[in-house]
Amino acid sequence: MKLKLKLPNPGLQDRILSHDELERLEVEEAGDRPKWDNKAQYMLTCVGFCVGLGNVWRFPYLCQSHGGGAFMIPFLILLVFEGIPLLHLEFAIGQRLRKGSVGVWRTINPYMLGVGIASMCVSFLVSLYYNTIIAWVMWYFFNSFQEPLPWSQCPINANRTGLVSECERSSPVDYFWYRETLNTSAAIDETGGLQWWMILCLISAWGVLYVCCIRGIETTGKAVYVTSTLPYVVLTIFLIRGLTLKGSVDGIKFLFTPDLNELANPSTWLDAGAQVFYSFSLAFGGLISFSSYNSVHNNCEQDAVIISIINAFTSIYAATVIYSIIGFRATERFDDCLSGNILTLLNTFDLPEGNITQNNYQEVLYSLNSTNPDIISNLHLKTCDLNSFLSEGVEGTGLAFIVFTEAITKMPLSPLWSVLFFIMLFCLGLSSMFGNIEGVLVPLQDLKVFPKSWPKEVISGVTCLVCCLVGLIFVQGSGNYWLALFDSFAGSIPLLVIAFSEMIGVVYVYGIDRFNEDMIFMIGHKPNIFWQATWRVISPLIMLAIFIFYFSTIVTKEIFYIAWDPESENFPTLEKKPYPSWIYVIIFLLAGIPSLSVPGTAVFRAIREYCCKKHPSAPVQEIDSVSYKVHIQDEELKSQKVTEI
Amino acid sequence: MLAGVLLLIFLPPLVAKDLCKDSQDGFKVRLSIKTALGDDAYEWNESEMFLFRSTLAYAMRKQTKQDTYNITNILVCNDTQRVSFVFVVTSPGDPDQLIPKEQIEEAVRQNKHRINNAFLLSDMTLEFVGIPPTLAAPIIYDTEPWLIVFGVVIGAVAVGIVALLMSTVSKKRRAKEKAAGLSEEDEGIVKENGTALSGLGGKEGVYNQTFSNDNRFTEL
Repeated sequence: MKLKLKLPNPGLQDRILSHDELERLEVEEAGDRPKWDNKAQYMLTCVGFCVGLGNVWRFPYLCQSHGGGAFMIPFLILLVFEGIPLLHLEFAIGQRLRKGSVGVWRTINPYMLGVGIASMCVSFLVSLYYNTIIAWVMWYFFNSFQEPLPWSQCPINANRTGLVSECERSSPVDYFWYRETLNTSAAIDETGGLQWWMILCLISAWGVLYVCCIRGIETTGKAVYVTSTLPYVVLTIFLIRGLTLKGSVDGIKFLFTPDLNELANPSTWLDAGAQVFYSFSLAFGGLISFSSYNSVHNNCEQDAVIISIINAFTSIYAATVIYSIIGFRATERFDDCLSGNILTLLNTFDLPEGNITQNNYQEVLYSLNSTNPDIISNLHLKTCDLNSFLSEGVEGTGLAFIVFTEAITKMPLSPLWSVLFFIMLFCLGLSSMFGNIEGVLVPLQDLKVFPKSWPKEVISGVTCLVCCLVGLIFVQGSGNYWLALFDSFAGSIPLLVIAFSEMIGVVYVYGIDRFNEDMIFMIGHKPNIFWQATWRVISPLIMLAIFIFYFSTIVTKEIFYIAWDPESENFPTLEKKPYPSWIYVIIFLLAGIPSLSVPGTAVFRAIREYCCKKHPSAPVQEIDSVSYKVHIQDEELKSQKVTEI
Repeated sequence: MLAGVLLLIFLPPLVAKDLCKDSQDGFKVRLSIKTALGDDAYEWNESEMFLFRSTLAYAMRKQTKQDTYNITNILVCNDTQRVSFVFVVTSPGDPDQLIPKEQIEEAVRQNKHRINNAFLLSDMTLEFVGIPPTLAAPIIYDTEPWLIVFGVVIGAVAVGIVALLMSTVSKKRRAKEKAAGLSEEDEGIVKENGTALSGLGGKEGVYNQTFSNDNRFTEL
């Protein structure tokens, strides 16, 4: 009854360290692999990698738009059946094979090298645009040290007669984001040139990242003490501040009010699955790397469960904080809207102040409408509905840089809150970047792209420099559109493909029996029926389902992007524009290259094997064992002495 | 006779009211005292109106640089409970002639700040319908504040990078010196004597001489 499918995998035993060798490495500490200083560093690094900007600006939006409290049900179910098993798998395989992602897949089977290369490509592409978001966060952080905040009021136009037209038609926060930060062009094909202030911010973002990653986990391990803990402190401060503001409780109630009808909607489950998957930063290769630095008897099962629980808790906590502030903003907007209407009525009918208040507004309006309907209709009073303000569902950069900044300007002591908020976003983003960069640097070292003589500092420096230069795409006028493109295509489909291949690779190519034995060796007991069922059947099926849905929606629906175009008719609403045709080539490169490298490398290797069968030039197989190393040392010393004497 | 006297007494105010009501050169003023001051709001009465007329006369005096303007030159009508009314300004020389709109607008614009302060109100709460408020001058910084913070951050990053690189370089140098020093010691001991156990303390691992292939100690 059990699925005992095992694909043939010759030579596996020679490629991996046996349990005895592992034990010896552990005891004698003779390996040259870096290690964590203590367990706390490892846990904080993994938590930092998993908890990122998505927890703050994607989960609250999904929660609110898919039925509030009811969204927890698909989220938690898929967390248990998809997130935790995949996380445990990555931790275990990294800890067992003690290599980065490329090394692990090459060890499991040389034909699976493509999975490692795909992980590296995806990590590289995501690093590029993720650090640009951090550069934007830094720009806002730099601009928070002034009172009044630059996004709280519109600038005055050149001849001092009024406000700048673009700002007047939209809002100060929109103007500051689209014009003064991004200086965005109207379409993706208009480059708009490089924005010098964003170049400076990009350089500072990559500079800070370089300082923290300069020696690998030796330096990131120290940095995570701050970057992983500070967001929680700031969230708590914001929660306390938020709860004292008017309207915050309305926001929280709105967020969590369950609507069980949403559970029947398949897109709710799809979004929940995708959110769990992306939120755990799986398939980037970083988690495999991090756990390979652990002691071989580290309890990875416990770690996986703890980190999953922390991730889920952080999502819910951040959603509460965000929606308390959104509730405050919506209430302020509602009050402003109503006051505006009341003032118009008072002015038109010359009634004394205080005659119309928020409480009796409806009755007064009704009575005035019955006596003077034409005057009332000429006034064009705005409809003020608190729920519509609350459900202005915003996610992503819009939430952080437009909605939240607007809310901050309405709080007393705005510069302080602004500084705190952007420090929190910076820490969240930076700790995720550590994992992304790890997923790029370690495969580069494993693939021997750089000569061995180069020290670690130079390798990380060159990588950061190259990424910074390529990242200049995102600081031009159309950079925001490029970033959205990369986010939708480089960071979505390939990851699903990689994760599915990982599960198949470990369970069926490496062999679930061997894997179970490794688990017994590492943590002392065989993983129970839950792990067996999820690893073999349930999680791969969920991954496949999500992939099919995603792929079909992208291929069938027409893809468009939303642009900030001051000349469009519906300005300030963002305008939907179709992509130009050459973009489809770029989309294919972004999504296709990582995904196709999984089968592509296997095919390439097979062809090479077939061609080179006639030229047997088997190199001496290097075995990663202590006795072999000592033998080599032996030989080296002998040759030294011979030359000297 | 009596009628004639009465007419003479009531004519000026009637005429004045007509001047105010029908004129094109008047401005509507709206005050929102409760919005501005909340609980500290004062009541709008004749004395407040007196103050308003006197501040306007003051504004006209300042603008025209003539000391001839008086309260009687400021005529008010259409007083409502909203606390809004219309006013016109008559010329000090000729009570029937009204000062043109543009001049009054100029006078109000230049002295809006003083008028606002007299009533503890702001541009939003003391409205002259048709006279938009002058916008405050934008704050011009010598160095933008964000450049200063950027400079601090980049400086810290540069210091960090240099410090870490220097520590790596010095660590490497120390390791090299140690290795060079130890290998000298090794050579010395071999030349002096056969026992080499004392020379093995600093090296990583233990080099087990029993299984080595070299013939240091058997040959001489």
